[in-house]
Parts: sequence; structure tokens; C-alpha cells
Amino acid sequence: MESKLIRLTVNGREEAVVADPLATLQDVLRDSLELTAVKSGCGQGGCGSCSVLVDGELRLSCLTLAERVEGAEITTLEGLNETNAIVPLQQAFVENYAAQCGYCTAGMVMAAKALLDRNPAPSRDEIVEGLSGNLCRCTGFAPIVRAVEQAARALSGEEAS
Amino acid sequence: MSMKDLGVVGRSVGQRDLESHARGQTAYYEDVHYPRMLHLKMHRSAEPHARIVSVDTSAAEASPGVVCVLTHEDLPGKKVWNGLAAVGVGPEDEPILAFDKVRWRGEPIVAVVGESAEAARAGAAKVKVEYDPLPGVFDVEEAIAGAAPALTAHWPRNHYIYPDDHAAAQIRFGDVEKAFAEADHIVEDKYQTSPIEQAPMETNGCIARPGGDGRITVHTNTQAVHFARDNTAAILDIAPGRLRFLGGTVGGGFGGKVDVAVEPISVLAAMRTGRPVKFKYTREEEMQVSSTRSAWRLYVKDGVMNDGRITARKITSYQDSGAYLRFSSYGSMKHAGHMPGPYTIPNVWVDAHVVFTNRPPSSAMRGFGVMAASFAIEVQMDKVAKTIGMDPWQLRLLNAYRNDDMKAHRKEVEDGAMVETIQAAARLAGKELPAAYQAMTSWDRKAG
Repeated sequence: MESKLIRLTVNGREEAVVADPLATLQDVLRDSLELTAVKSGCGQGGCGSCSVLVDGELRLSCLTLAERVEGAEITTLEGLNETNAIVPLQQAFVENYAAQCGYCTAGMVMAAKALLDRNPAPSRDEIVEGLSGNLCRCTGFAPIVRAVEQAARALSGEEAS
Repeated sequence: MSMKDLGVVGRSVGQRDLESHARGQTAYYEDVHYPRMLHLKMHRSAEPHARIVSVDTSAAEASPGVVCVLTHEDLPGKKVWNGLAAVGVGPEDEPILAFDKVRWRGEPIVAVVGESAEAARAGAAKVKVEYDPLPGVFDVEEAIAGAAPALTAHWPRNHYIYPDDHAAAQIRFGDVEKAFAEADHIVEDKYQTSPIEQAPMETNGCIARPGGDGRITVHTNTQAVHFARDNTAAILDIAPGRLRFLGGTVGGGFGGKVDVAVEPISVLAAMRTGRPVKFKYTREEEMQVSSTRSAWRLYVKDGVMNDGRITARKITSYQDSGAYLRFSSYGSMKHAGHMPGPYTIPNVWVDAHVVFTNRPPSSAMRGFGVMAASFAIEVQMDKVAKTIGMDPWQLRLLNAYRNDDMKAHRKEVEDGAMVETIQAAARLAGKELPAAYQAMTSWDRKAG
């Protein structure tokens, strides 16, 4: 199949890549734009490690055709650190030991961001639901849930972070 | 180390790479990008046990985007191997790429290297293998019963024999038969565990990149980077100094990334093509063909007195190694080493066997050999308690080993804390123990 020019808005920047029309957003982000925080644990929508935001909505980049999100605002984990300062959500992951091998972490942070952006004060059940598409094999999930709870408190101003 | 460094005891210590993880900056093996990188996919056995009649790679070679096809004939060094050969474990029984026979469904036969992962996959799908199917065996006791087909010439009864002709990893301590005859109760049962996939979030993979100096750099997610390098060099019969392995960042391993499953063939493909080659297991490969924790079958027989003392424990276990040895002989030794559990039992008899079947080869997973032993022993302890009408906590405290007790391996217990651990668990679980059991310590047998 002939390659085509795909124009994407990623982390606030206009990008143009030449790719197969069937290229996934994951392939374009990782291979063409070198945004390697996006991981590839299964390539079939089962693990959440490739999660990104598309117009603020949580999306699995491995199941999203790049061509279909032209014109949308795409955010990867790298997009949270445009000023190089660690953000409270990431800091909460650090302080709660919410990662071991780190492979699922980018997807977890993005799923948590999507949740907190639409529901700044989620209940524990809502956090679990919000992370339910993301698998972790190291932590047993509890520290990740605690991290999101802390981030929610920090974002609502109850706690400086 | 100074006393100052010991100040971390009792305090939480920051995890060095956490911020890197949270920012998505941790570099895993596949986060490097090389131009002109090729991709490798494996054509695998569709049969659990069969003679290979013919292998036709012509359609794969002609497939669009395929650059190179590798069979066992392309291997410059070893055709069969075992990862522990360098420390005397053997014989080397596992083909790097299958030739005369396949012994498990998923066994690698032909590697296909293409311009893209999709081109390699499409090429691998076009390899044609003609099989002459053989009867398979999938049960450890059937495998060694005599009527089952032998998987390899090394093991005519599919039964691993340890050096010096030992049929099993063994413990002989006291006289179990005499103790059984004198026991108030005999408690015996059969236990079975399942194969378990480690299922790391990141699948097995590597990128091998030839350099201009004749050296090859390998980015890998192995859990054992020097071990993987040395085995790759031995398999390909090249000097270890030609291989520069970069690793240490592992997206989950749990024992599932010590088999050197991807590096040798990737290095060979890089040498052949002069281009970087990536070999990444699909999630399906990770689940279906990467090694699992072994399945174990155990028979446990205990002699027990009315007062709760376990006076004899006899265990026969069978580890399902799958089709090849890998590290199973070590696993059964660790398994036997864990017997008879954290209890002082004066008469112990253990035979821990390694058996070959037509299942995917098994390998390490957290607590290699130990988890199946603990599972069987602790369920057995509950059955013993029920049989004699004793509280299971009290049964464990009564039999828990004490300092200076002689273990079945003829080593005295040092720094034992089993009694205190059970007591602490009881407190956390809200379990009330009688005063005599609360007063027990890991030193009381000697004192009392």
C-alpha cells in the first residue's frame, strides 16, 4: 500500500509523518515521532500500556489508525512535562511506589489523567473503574490506586504537592 | 558499609527509577530506533510431537519484503543446547531450530527476517512443513510408565537422570516406614499444580545491531544479561567479546526472561544481513510458547501422633519439564530442598523427579520449584489438623522448626523465626492462641 502524509497534533505540536495508511497511532507515535513512553504490551487492546488522550478521551493507540485522528489533539505522557517540571499526578506515583518495572506506568498515568480531568474527586470505586483497562503485573494495583487518590486530593487543593 | 548506611532499616527508601517511570523516560530495549531495521518472526511447530518429513521455505523466501530465511542448516555452532551446559548440566537436548522432530506445539523451526514485522509474519506463514505425527504424551506419570513414546534418545523413559545415576533429587533422613508403622494416624493425598505463564507486561524481545568493527550490540530485556551473552556466543560459536549486550531494564520478568529465547537467532540474522534485527514476541507467543512455571504432581504421606507431632513425611513429586530440560533439574533440587517445609520432622523421604512430556518447556518463575512444594505441604498441614481434630495454627506452631533442630538436609536451623512469624500472622488475622502457644519461641525446644 502506498504511503501517505499524515498530519497530527501531538502534545501541542503540528507533526507530519509519512506512513502506511493502515499505520496505527501507536506505530506513528513510537517509531516516527519517538514518543517511546507509549508502550506496546500486546498490540491488541488488551493491556492499556499504549494509552494516550485523543481530544481528552482515553484511547488505545494500538487500536487507533493514525489517519483517523488527523485534526485531533493527541496527548502522550511526554506531553505532561512540556516545562520539564514533574506534575502532581506523576509525583503521586513516585511517592506511593506505584511502579516497579515501569512498563505499564505511562498508560496508568494517562488513564488516571483522563479520569481526573473529567472527575476531579473520584471515589475509590471510580478510580478502580477508571484504571480497569490497564494491566500491571508487578504492584498488585493497590499503590496505583493510592497514587490516584493522592493526586485527586492534591489537585483539589486539600494537600500541597 | 558504615553504620550510617544502615540507617535505612525501618525507613522507606526512595526507588531510584520511579520518577523516570512516571515521566515515561525509562528506556526499554525496543525504545531505540535504527534505520533499516529488520524484523524476525518464527515459523513454529503446529504439532506437539511429529517427525519432520520436509521443510519448504521457497514461498517464504519469495514473499514480498522477506530478506533472509534461517533454518537449522544455517546455525554455525551448536544445533542443540542447554543454558546451563557451561556449569555441567546436560546433556544438551534442545534444538535451537527444530530439525528431525518437533516435540511441542510452538517449537521454533524456521526464522524469517523481513523489512517489516508484517512482511516477516507473512513470510513465516508461507513456510511449509510436512509432518509425520507421532503419539504425544501429556501426563507425567504416563510419560514414565513405559508405554509412552520417548521424546529424545537421551531419556528412553522420558525421565531425567541426575549425575551419578540418581533418578530424582532425593532426601533420606531417618526411617519413614518404621515411623509410619508406629504413627497414630496416616494422612496421605495427591496434589497437582498447573503451568503458569509469568505474563510480563513487556514480551520477550531484543534488537541485534551489527557494528563496523565486527561486534554486535544487542539491546535485550533478558533478566540475565551476562548469561544471555555467554549462551549466545556458545550457541553461535563466536567469541563473547564480539557481543555487546545492553540490558538491565526489564518490563516485568518473574523468571520468564531467562531462557535466552530471542538473542541467538537475532544475532545470527544480524550477522547474515548486516542490518539491525528486532525479534519481539507477540502477546500470543508470550502466552503460548514462552516457558511457564512447571506443573507439578505430588504425593504426600504423613505419619502423625495424637498429640499433633508429625513423625514422618514421605513425598514423591513429578515436575513436568515439558519437552526439554532447560533448568528443570535445578528446579527439582530447589523443590526437594524446600521439603519437608518449615517443620521439624524426624523421618523424611523425598524423591523429586523431572519428567519430559510434549508440552511447552517449563522454566523459572518466582520461587522456582518452591511454590508447588509449599502449596502441597500447607494444604496437607490443614488436612492433618482436620484428621486429628487440632487447630491448624497450633499444629503448625507445634511442628515449626526451632533453632538448632536438625533439618532433613542435615543442616541445623540457624536464625529460625518460624514460630514468631506464625504468631505475628495470628495477631494480624485476629486469631487467638492459647497461652502455651503464645509463649512458644524459636529457642524453646532447646530450653525445654
